[in-house]
Amino acid sequence: MTEVRKLTTPLSPETVRSLRRGDAVAVSGLMVTGRDALHKLWVKSWPSYPGLDLAGAILYHCGPVMRKERNGSWSVLAAGPTTSIREEPYEAAVLARYRFAGIVGKGGMGTKTLAALKEHGAVYLHAVGGAAQVLAEKVVRVAGVRHLDELGVPEAMWVLEVRDFPCIVTMDAHGDSLHEEVRRASREQLDEAIARKRPDAA
Amino acid sequence: MGEKPLGKKRSSEGAGRRPVATGRAATKAAPRDPFAEKALAATFTELYRRAATSMPPDVLAAIEEARDREAEGSAARETLEVLLTNSRLASVWSRPVCQDTGMPLFDVAVPAGVSLRAVERAAVKATRAATARGYLRPNSVDALTGENPGDGTGRGMPIVHVREHGRRSLVASLLLKGGGCENVGAQYALPNADLGADRDLDGVRKVVLDAVFQAQGKGCAPGILGVCLGGDRATGLAEAKRQLFRRLPDRSPEPALAKLEQELLEGANALGIGPMGFGGGTTLLGVKASRLARLPASYFVSVSYMCWATRRASVEVAPSGKAVFEQ
Ligand code: SF4
Repeated sequence: MTEVRKLTTPLSPETVRSLRRGDAVAVSGLMVTGRDALHKLWVKSWPSYPGLDLAGAILYHCGPVMRKERNGSWSVLAAGPTTSIREEPYEAAVLARYRFAGIVGKGGMGTKTLAALKEHGAVYLHAVGGAAQVLAEKVVRVAGVRHLDELGVPEAMWVLEVRDFPCIVTMDAHGDSLHEEVRRASREQLDEAIARKRPDAA
Repeated sequence: MGEKPLGKKRSSEGAGRRPVATGRAATKAAPRDPFAEKALAATFTELYRRAATSMPPDVLAAIEEARDREAEGSAARETLEVLLTNSRLASVWSRPVCQDTGMPLFDVAVPAGVSLRAVERAAVKATRAATARGYLRPNSVDALTGENPGDGTGRGMPIVHVREHGRRSLVASLLLKGGGCENVGAQYALPNADLGADRDLDGVRKVVLDAVFQAQGKGCAPGILGVCLGGDRATGLAEAKRQLFRRLPDRSPEPALAKLEQELLEGANALGIGPMGFGGGTTLLGVKASRLARLPASYFVSVSYMCWATRRASVEVAPSGKAVFEQ
């Protein structure tokens, strides 16, 4: 890998399959936010969103800080990723229903989601933890919001247009997880370091 | 009560001099006594702004060096680049470097006669002001009710350590430590049979490397470790966390600890965890170790993990009211 791959939604199945764990990407296009409350609402009622094509779009685990402007429009003040593993019980069903091509979050997800990514042709993209300003700056337009009254600002489904949103593919559509790989490799290093006495130890 | 005469004395010393560089609030209030609650609250608010919105130069330099060492186009290098861009944007816009503005820890050394209570109250007031101005996210939650009062304060929050020192100026240091990295801190009791760690420096090395392995990227690596050998459970962790006030180029004055710091840094980076756990040679930016006396029966090794967003700042306030901020 030598360069950052630029991706634009909707991501085609071929594009998704060409991505491998460890790739650096910059995503442009349609991204919707969704965290705990929205996932619960989804699996309960599976609402449809006429006029909003989620197939091939990106789901972002994020509870943004938003500001309502005088003219009634919204702007994003901070939009860093939240920990993804909390959505593990729901994500496989969500992928099956809405056909997102990518999930953006942090910390990675479990084996059920990894299998669902493979089955439905999607990838998990890890955003940079703590990079609140860079990520907020990549949101070029707030295109709308759903479930705002029921769920409140951080939990609502914000429809965002992003440009060059930086992520690393950490779980790909081939069943490979960078998290697992790094954990395994670092475990080997640790075992070796622990077995080895300090060179100067008596 | 003892504050008043002192305040008068200081105000005459400071007469005719305007406080410098203490931010708009301090200048407008034109406080007579720079060590009184009101003036300190204004100074601490500015300290918050700097700590939350601009990264210390030594940490930025370390991230830059690390970026240049990582392979061109690698996930590690791209990530470190994003961290640098993020830090630049935050300081230009005076917005928080990270949305988790963390648990505030004040370490304040005051001249004789300054009211410790005033310092504590000033820290609380400054926390409210900094939260209202958006430098801090409303970050305190009642452990019993789950309620968030919305002003960043609560029982034991901010953490304020105040002590007296022999100088005429007041020195305040502030550290903002987020939850993600605090969650991956650790404490070990030696010996540890699982890791084959005995009660010696080699045992210390083993458990600290284990802590870094367990953390993987979850503490928003690359991190900085504060390590303390000895103490009891409470003082060990507090001393480990205090090490995070030290600048990265700082080496322990004790040769054995300085050596340990270097070995732990190299050992941790050899694990290959990398920024955010994406793999790479940059898992830690630094290790700062200290020691406390222990009881014969216990040997604790305490590890405080600080994320890449190591937000710290300090200020020295002279009796004249002149304030010099540093990061
Ligand atoms: S660990 Fe640090 S960088 Fe990561 S989210 Fe928390 S405060 Fe931000």
